[in-house]
Amino acid sequence: MRIPLSWLREYAQVPRDATAEDVMAELVKVGLEEEAVHRPTDSLSGPVVVGQVLSVVKEPQSNGKTINWCQVRVVPAGQPQTLSGDGIDPSGVQGVVCGAHNFTEGDKVVVTLPGSILPGDFRIAARKTYGHVSAGMIASVRELGIGEDHDGILVLSTLGLDPEIGSDAMELLALYDQAAEINVTPDRSYCFSIRGIAREYAHATGTKFTDPAGAVVVPPSNGAGYPVRLEDQAPVYGTPGCDRFVARTVRGVDAARPTPPWMSTRLRLAGIRSISLPVDISNYVMLELGQPTHCYDQDKLSGDIVVRRAHAGETLKTLDDKVRTLDPEDLLITDGSGGIGIAGVMGGADTEVSDSTVNVLVEAAHFDEVSIARSRRRHRLPSEASKRFERGVDWQVADVAAQRVVDLLVELAGGTADQTGTDVGTAPDAVVIDLPAGFAAQRIGIDFTADQITGTFTDLGAAVEAHDGGWTVTAPSWRHDLETKEDLSEEIARLVGYDLIPSRLPVAPPGRGLSKSQQQRRRVLQALADAGLTEVLSYPFVSAESNNTFGGAEAGEQASVKLANPLSAEFSYLRRSVLPGLIEVAKRNHSRGFRDLALYEAGLVFLPQGTLGTPSIPPLGVRPPEEVLDGLYDGLPAQPLTIAAIFTGNDSPAAANHQPRAWDWADALDAVRLMADVVGVELLVEQGDHQAYHPGRTARVSLRSGEILGYAGELHPKLLAAHDLPARTVALEINADLLFEAAADVIVAKHLSTFPATTQDVALVVDGSLPADAVLATLREGAGELLEDVHLFDVYSGQGIDDGLKSLAFALRFRAIDRTLTADEASTARDHAVKLAAERHGAVQR
Amino acid sequence: MSEPTQPGGSADPSAAVVPHPLDSDAVSRTVDNALADIAAAADLGELKGARIAHTGEKSPLSLANRGIGALAKDEKAAAGKNIGPARSRINQALAARTTELEAERDARILVEEAVDVTAAPRRRRAGARHPLSILQERVSDIFVGMGWEIAEGPEVESEWFNFDALNFKPDHPAREMQDTFFVEPPEAHLLMRTHTSPVQVRAMLERDLPLYVLCPGKVFRTDELDATHTPVFHQFEGLAIDRNLSMADLRGTLEHFARLMFGDDAGIRLRPNYFPFTEPSAELDIWHPGAKGGPQWIEWGGCGMVHPNVLRAAGIDPEQYSGFAFGMGIERTLMFRNEVGDMRDMIEGDVRFSEHFGMEI
Repeated sequence: MRIPLSWLREYAQVPRDATAEDVMAELVKVGLEEEAVHRPTDSLSGPVVVGQVLSVVKEPQSNGKTINWCQVRVVPAGQPQTLSGDGIDPSGVQGVVCGAHNFTEGDKVVVTLPGSILPGDFRIAARKTYGHVSAGMIASVRELGIGEDHDGILVLSTLGLDPEIGSDAMELLALYDQAAEINVTPDRSYCFSIRGIAREYAHATGTKFTDPAGAVVVPPSNGAGYPVRLEDQAPVYGTPGCDRFVARTVRGVDAARPTPPWMSTRLRLAGIRSISLPVDISNYVMLELGQPTHCYDQDKLSGDIVVRRAHAGETLKTLDDKVRTLDPEDLLITDGSGGIGIAGVMGGADTEVSDSTVNVLVEAAHFDEVSIARSRRRHRLPSEASKRFERGVDWQVADVAAQRVVDLLVELAGGTADQTGTDVGTAPDAVVIDLPAGFAAQRIGIDFTADQITGTFTDLGAAVEAHDGGWTVTAPSWRHDLETKEDLSEEIARLVGYDLIPSRLPVAPPGRGLSKSQQQRRRVLQALADAGLTEVLSYPFVSAESNNTFGGAEAGEQASVKLANPLSAEFSYLRRSVLPGLIEVAKRNHSRGFRDLALYEAGLVFLPQGTLGTPSIPPLGVRPPEEVLDGLYDGLPAQPLTIAAIFTGNDSPAAANHQPRAWDWADALDAVRLMADVVGVELLVEQGDHQAYHPGRTARVSLRSGEILGYAGELHPKLLAAHDLPARTVALEINADLLFEAAADVIVAKHLSTFPATTQDVALVVDGSLPADAVLATLREGAGELLEDVHLFDVYSGQGIDDGLKSLAFALRFRAIDRTLTADEASTARDHAVKLAAERHGAVQR
Repeated sequence: MSEPTQPGGSADPSAAVVPHPLDSDAVSRTVDNALADIAAAADLGELKGARIAHTGEKSPLSLANRGIGALAKDEKAAAGKNIGPARSRINQALAARTTELEAERDARILVEEAVDVTAAPRRRRAGARHPLSILQERVSDIFVGMGWEIAEGPEVESEWFNFDALNFKPDHPAREMQDTFFVEPPEAHLLMRTHTSPVQVRAMLERDLPLYVLCPGKVFRTDELDATHTPVFHQFEGLAIDRNLSMADLRGTLEHFARLMFGDDAGIRLRPNYFPFTEPSAELDIWHPGAKGGPQWIEWGGCGMVHPNVLRAAGIDPEQYSGFAFGMGIERTLMFRNEVGDMRDMIEGDVRFSEHFGMEI
């Protein structure tokens, strides 16, 4: 909401020298946040004066244009020019070259004299052009920054003005005014008006407020105006769409008269374009009182006005000349011919006022918020009117607003008001709230006095009555946000001042610290960073193709969550894998010259399962029954925490005395093992098969339970090529939730034997495709409990080993807990292990 | 080690004069000779030559010593007294010189082994956490230290948890202020959470009272990425539900937190505002003593007393319990706390951004 200060001053005591900034500093105290300042003089400075065109000489140019060489009087005849400076003619007559042709000798115009500055830092100076020295400019509204019209220069008589020559045109056009723009929260609909803001300004400053509605004299309605019927056949949530309709007629208006500058300037400062006098008056009253009104050309109406819901398939051409198909839920203003407006949203084109309109019917109605909000959304027609109606308008102000429009039409458009008027509808019940004594003090933490409490409600315009246990407050008709004692508490705190709220630190009951999974997550993410990886973040928005490639081991369509309103149509799905985002991050870093990368990200992925969502949602303000809550929980996609990493280039920067090593698939697997080690989980590693990875260089990592944790290895060469990533880029991705759940709550200590160990090495020749891990597991099983540790220390194939076979060398460490092992005992255990490997895998000892 | 060169001109023992064992002057000269050679030895190699020349089997005194056996019985003792101490003096001199030369050698080796430490390679990559993660963990730690717990929840959420349970009325404009990403099909009433408040509702439904939880996490709004906006960002929201909580408790909690984050001189200011889920509601400004450009008030977040309808949605009786809630953006906090100028730096994943911070913020 933009507030022209001159307007605010009419109803609130704003100091003479107060700026928009000063006003905003006051308003923010009562919750109206500052947004911007609109001040014409920030981009416009004089001398800008009224001039009279004395002569116009048309001079055709070689380029086909005709320019006007004008003599313009800028000082009243017989008086001296008091201005001085470069280009100011002491005679009081300026020579000006002008390209526009919409004026003639004798016209009074706005002259920007040398030394003035126009919007866009356009500095006016005497300059040589078309063979003359042009000392100033005859300005258009656009050049002055006060309108879009650039058809020609501003002839003041078209505004109904005949000012004195040489007078300050900025003053004349009210360009010294300024507006404060503030943000109005959705609960404060009444602040979409000067009336509401002036009241809030008075609250903020403790000064006097004059209600603009109070200055309007409304004759008692005699009901004999234009016939209007309210016939809502399908109220939304049981609330009638229209519960008040005031209609007033003004006859014999001159709709073509110009809007006076004081009005158009205020509208412009308030952010509303001047359109025509009747429309400007309607908008002006809306800004002043918060009540949108509509002007019909009464001679284009036929029959009674009926407010009803639209019929299926019914259409209406709205003011923007678009034909709109209406929904049976749309509230419609109709006459005998059909729809003449979507209630509270936009009027119809066929009945709108024009320059030739003679008789105007003024509508000031009160509509249901929900009904208007839905129509506005349905037709995507946000308007100044709908903005107010869907937030709530004061029911009581409708007749006042209608009268104000009527008065202005009479005053400015020369009309005559009908003494009869229509006012139909039923006032809603007043909202009466009980405020128990002590409640506000308890909620706010300030021990409010009775005077503070009653004073607050009196200032708000509410009726307040004290009783034994507290107060009964009748909310003002414009305060739809006041419904409960909590709302009243806020008002008291707001007007007394939030700054007075004391500070007290509450003591929480003993907490349980971070949960197990929260601690595990921290340790794992920290371990990756400690191991030299860099944590990054990426967006979860991906393409269908990315999900189909990375979101499942096997090719095919992967069930994905799709956004209804994505920022980009290409990335309209939620990720099933963190890798696509990580790949983008890797590419971005690569393109910025960083070639050696080890990046990781932890984030949720979205795996739909079963039916998504629920067909309806429970109402607010009530705890839903358990089965309804269960339905809400069950309707969500699975969203496991997923950790992915990508490695490209070398493990460290090349440097003097240092040979870096290229990352390879084992680094990816090692990082997975690191994460498992950190939380104490044993992994099973197998040869993996995943469409996004190199078919021969990928590990599938599982838990002992058999659940697949994820994959680690080299990304598929085709995929790397498609993404312009270096060959041999490796990656990993695991379901961290599964990993964390697999961790034991308590790890039981092992007895540490202090007897000496015996180490035995065995080399086994096995089939080349047999995973080393399988052999290792067999050896562990076969060796029995004397085996303390076994690890693979060499893999060999080539000379001495038949084609298709490989030799795996293991080191086995034996130790007993109660004695020193003999060589024979260790050898026996080793032989058992080898024997089992021979049986199970056909392994042959070398 | 180099071969002995010319230790005092007596490199060849055979060329040296063998003193008569009883000729104490000659013995004395031999000793002097030897001591001079030992002193002149410049390194351990030369000293080895001197050792062989003066104590070896063919050295003058060894030969003279051997000659004692051929002397008359009554001369042997005198000869022994003549030769023995002489050999001893030479051995002592050798030992002393050896120690000296070894020390010199050791010192020289250490000097020779010196390296240019400024040319050291970085062998290990320095990894980094993302600053937003670090900040999120730091904030969590502050509240855990106050006895609060950390609650988390899903990012795709039911509309009820995100709006209705938080007293956003259907069709009310407040619902549209949030620029929500909805999930297909819209009739399924799923969305990407626009704030972490649904986690507060879940906490109220699932946990016992009194309740003090902090809910950090990712949230989503349909804003295009620019220097100050991002469609995906992080928040932390706090919720306390207990008997007799007031706005004074809210202010006290926020003040304590602000001081831990921004120093003892930090302060907070509350300004009236509107949120559907709190009543009264307030905008929260922080007095940031270390702000770039000098101490100033900075808009930090929103807060207020939990709306009774929110408590009712979780089955909590608002006549028995009251609560306060607050929420701040983590990106915004990092921006003004650590002087991050552009939102994009935080979300593009440029390694320089994370690596500059390392493990600390």
